[in-house]
Amino acid sequence: MSTTDQTDRSRDVSQPLDNLGPDETLKAKSDYLRGTIEHSLLDEITAAVAGDDAKLMKFFGLYQQDDRDIRDERRRQKLEPAFSFMARVRLPGGVCSPSQWLKLDELARAHGGETLRLTTRQTFQLHHIIKQDLRPVMRGLRDVLLDTKAACGDDTRGVMCTVNPNLSSLHAQVYALAKQASDHALHRTGAYREIWYGEQREPADGPEEPFYGRTYMPRKFKIGFAIPPSNDIDVYSQDLGFIAVADGGALKGFNVAIGGGLGRTDQAPKTYPRLADVIGYVDAESLMATIDAVMSVQRDYGDRVDRAHARFKYTIDDKGLEWVTAEIERRLGFALAPARPYTFTSNGDALGWVTGEDGREHCTLFIQNGRIVNTSERPMMDGLRAIAEAHEGTFRITPNQNLIISDLAPEDRPAIEALLKDHGLDEFESRSALRRNSMACVALPTCGLAMAESERYLPDLVTKIEALLDAHGLTEEPITIRMTGCPNGCARPYIAEIGLTGRAPGKYNLYLGGGFHGQRLNKMYLENVGESAILEALDTTLGHYARERRPGERFGDFAIRAGYVAEVEEGRFFND
Amino acid sequence: MATMEHPGSIITTDQWEMVSGLTTSLTHDQALWISGYLAGLSHQARSPVLAGGDAVASTPPTAPAPAPAGPTARVVTVLFASETGNSRELATSLAQAARDQGIEAKVADMAEYRPRTLKDTQDLLVITSTHGDGDPPQTAMDFFEFLEGRKAPKLPQLRYAVLALGDSTYEHYCAAGRRIDERLAELGAQRLVDRVECDVDYDDDAAGWIEAVSRALAPSAAPPGPAPAAAGTAAAGTAPVAVPAAFDKRRPFAAAVLDNVVLTGRGSTKETRHVELSLEDSGLTYQPGDALGVVARNDPALVDALLDQLGLPGDTPVTIKQQDTTLGDALAGTLEITAATPRFLDHWAEITGAAELQALLAPEQSKARTAFLQRHHVLDLVGRFPAPGIDADRFVAGLRPLQPRLYSIASSLAAAPDEAHLTVSTVRYALHDVPRTGVASGYLAERTETDATVPVYIQRNEHFHLADDDTPLLMIGAGTGVAPYRAFMQEREARGATGRSWLFFGERNFRSDFLYQVEWQALLKHGVLSRLDLAFSRDATPKTYVQDRLRRHGRDVYAWLEDGACLYVCGDAAHMAGDVHDALADIVAEHGGLDRDGADDYLAALKRDRRYRLDVY
Repeated sequence: MSTTDQTDRSRDVSQPLDNLGPDETLKAKSDYLRGTIEHSLLDEITAAVAGDDAKLMKFFGLYQQDDRDIRDERRRQKLEPAFSFMARVRLPGGVCSPSQWLKLDELARAHGGETLRLTTRQTFQLHHIIKQDLRPVMRGLRDVLLDTKAACGDDTRGVMCTVNPNLSSLHAQVYALAKQASDHALHRTGAYREIWYGEQREPADGPEEPFYGRTYMPRKFKIGFAIPPSNDIDVYSQDLGFIAVADGGALKGFNVAIGGGLGRTDQAPKTYPRLADVIGYVDAESLMATIDAVMSVQRDYGDRVDRAHARFKYTIDDKGLEWVTAEIERRLGFALAPARPYTFTSNGDALGWVTGEDGREHCTLFIQNGRIVNTSERPMMDGLRAIAEAHEGTFRITPNQNLIISDLAPEDRPAIEALLKDHGLDEFESRSALRRNSMACVALPTCGLAMAESERYLPDLVTKIEALLDAHGLTEEPITIRMTGCPNGCARPYIAEIGLTGRAPGKYNLYLGGGFHGQRLNKMYLENVGESAILEALDTTLGHYARERRPGERFGDFAIRAGYVAEVEEGRFFND
Repeated sequence: MATMEHPGSIITTDQWEMVSGLTTSLTHDQALWISGYLAGLSHQARSPVLAGGDAVASTPPTAPAPAPAGPTARVVTVLFASETGNSRELATSLAQAARDQGIEAKVADMAEYRPRTLKDTQDLLVITSTHGDGDPPQTAMDFFEFLEGRKAPKLPQLRYAVLALGDSTYEHYCAAGRRIDERLAELGAQRLVDRVECDVDYDDDAAGWIEAVSRALAPSAAPPGPAPAAAGTAAAGTAPVAVPAAFDKRRPFAAAVLDNVVLTGRGSTKETRHVELSLEDSGLTYQPGDALGVVARNDPALVDALLDQLGLPGDTPVTIKQQDTTLGDALAGTLEITAATPRFLDHWAEITGAAELQALLAPEQSKARTAFLQRHHVLDLVGRFPAPGIDADRFVAGLRPLQPRLYSIASSLAAAPDEAHLTVSTVRYALHDVPRTGVASGYLAERTETDATVPVYIQRNEHFHLADDDTPLLMIGAGTGVAPYRAFMQEREARGATGRSWLFFGERNFRSDFLYQVEWQALLKHGVLSRLDLAFSRDATPKTYVQDRLRRHGRDVYAWLEDGACLYVCGDAAHMAGDVHDALADIVAEHGGLDRDGADDYLAALKRDRRYRLDVY
């Protein structure tokens, strides 16, 4: 399989639509994502949009959801589900300005249920937006130069970038490229402006989607930039990951990693999480060309028959890493250089204040599960609004759903510190290391995929695990724990040292053995169990770890050495 | 008629089966011929034949009563105007009482009566309810406009009597009857007996009036002793016997509660319930558009509070309408104990001698009285103006009987056999910091768990029945006013009716108050409902109501009317019905190229043709 001609083309974009999955026809016939969205928005009989339009709106970062807590109650009331929409902002690298923050705060209070959610891909989600409010929200975002393009859908998702506040100069260089990559790989359809801003359709001046064509990508495509030694973005979970290579603070280029992806389906062994393979190095000047080459291979060869098998990771495992690499190089017109050495030490965040190499100050706040909301004990949303009003630097959302108040002049620090204290946001180290390294997806009640609680449950479960840690003297030991309400992996649970994925209300799969800095998948230890079984298993393994760990040995590594789970060397063996 | 029902004991079931079997196979011409043939036979059998039929379709055909002999025989017209069916019922009884005396009587609904025939009418007996605050029932508006207008003829030939029905919780509670009574006198007609004004417990007063009217009508020239004709009737054994349905207002059926859910979602400013009741084994049937009477009981907590205020034990014996009972039972199930009537105010002012109450009795205090009664229920009066040591009988003498409440039925027997569904808005409010509920809505909301039973009866409402299968329907409803349209759509779906239908529905908030939302969505999807337009007043600025939606689609609304659509309006009488009417007039004027008078004539013609029907409350 070394040339294009010999590879199997029976499931890709070369086939007529009739031979492909129904979503391909939907995209092709949608007139570049317009569909009947305009009509659906006008339909006053329902708070939902037509089913096809709901799919198309994902390309505009909008998810139709409903309040699942009251779904059955409303069914009995002869009312349709309480539909609303989630809008996910496009925010490359998680960087936003205070004025953007203030606008998001305003929109959240007016249309988004008075809450904001920071996500594992470094952006904001506004939930609870009703259909009639979508346009005001989109236009409000436009006012501060934000949009929601491609935050979902079969296209490039939000581009991630390590937040590392210490390396100020290198971050600035890589972040600029991450932003450029996001703009570069974005869909071009005029549908967004027409539908959400009410602009007139302009006569086509050349193809509307020069790169994507009318069927876009086979599935989502995730790009991220890591700046060692931090692997906060979990670069191996990206379809296309770039690992920055620098020389004395000056960016040189990137190691290229392809084929990461965490989504899987329970009881479907052909689906599995997969970590990306590093295939070589490119200079920074070749970055956009590399993105085009890699994405176009997936665009042209990805499986468009079965969406559960359409991610780039399956294309790679089906065609072979060598073949895919060769095809990328053929399209690039040059061979990748050998990968440069690099070292990751963690995928977590360091909380609290740090001073960057340029003397600017940064403060990382722990935001449990990324949820920004006022509560009676902690007026977090008000506090962050007050900070945004005073702050002259930027904010950065971390891939761990935390928040950095970034880029302060040292003389401005006391004022921000006072605001943090006033709003109860200054407790950086008062939580266990486990809690600081915990992450949960949104799940119930809004996510349509969730089978079990996640964000609303993990804090309580962590409290119970903290009691075990305390008993075993492990309170200050950083251990990653991640929970999702379904197997799709939004909180990247399969690369946590303790992973939990929802199976049913109160029931989870328990995974152990993930790499502390995201270098290794974990493996299922218990299937479909409740809290008592989870706590019992963790009590045993953590106790064992506390007694017999080697110096510096991580819990994930220990779980494999002690034989609790086998090491997963490649994603396709995850289910073995 | 959409369906044929056994008309009652006037003929046997076997006969009815033969008749109904025959009628379904007849052509129109054949039916006409046979009706003439049967009439001829009847004429031969008893020579004096009844002139003028009973206009009330749902009452069993009555056996023709012979008219009194002699040239002086007069024809009595019993004219009623009804919102709830009470007037209709009384009119039927009155006509029967007249016929029992050998007087020829016909019954007419004011909605369909041609007022110009008044000048040829001899004896007119009017029974009318009052609607809202002193208005005639909606269906009688045309009649009132004619009678009170300049075109009304002098009526020196006319003898008349008026029975006015009302609800004394309203300030002008019998005004419609009073207006007719005074106007007829102005036009030169002779009053047979004085007008009687009845409160909601009208039974005794109405019976007294009927008796008085019957006496006055009796031909004074008639020979003493039983009139031969009447005797003949009795001898023939064909005197019609009242045909009570198995269950009725006086003997309600205990309907099991099948379901009772709150339709309004979380966060609603209202509580509207869907109540499903079983009519199984009751023999009760109804048509879409009919109402269900609910014989509610008072809130036990209110009964206890009242007993407490009175300082009387619940087992104190009392006598109500010659029936011995206890005070507790009477307050719980027999007497109205929430809102106080002006009569109770009089009564209580007399008992307590309270100056503040007595000051309100002066005729010029009517506004203050109304305001006071809005702020003071029976409980509040008894609490603020105590009457220590009051006698229980004396207390209850000021109260009026607890009246059943009527709800439009929200289901069709074709879709839900043996069931009647109600859409009930629970009335809740606080008065003097004490939470209160509506009598029936509170009863249905709080004291009817599943498996409980609710005493009910069917209240016919022909005026609001569903039009023919092919007739386009324009259905306008706000809030619980949507209930009969659910019945209409269920019926049309079950019948496979092909007529178009268009619903305008209004409420406060889309998310919580879109009553029966998923059902309308399904009806639209399946084409049973052709169009649906919504107005949620509190979602939009400025507030949007059904009449605004009508105006927005005025061109189409007018086209539907021109296509023969039947227009239904159901819901709030105080504002919605009038606002909708104004919108319709504007639409007709604009799209029909008419001035306001022309538009009013157009709508009046629709009403006459029974294509503009109201069920408002």
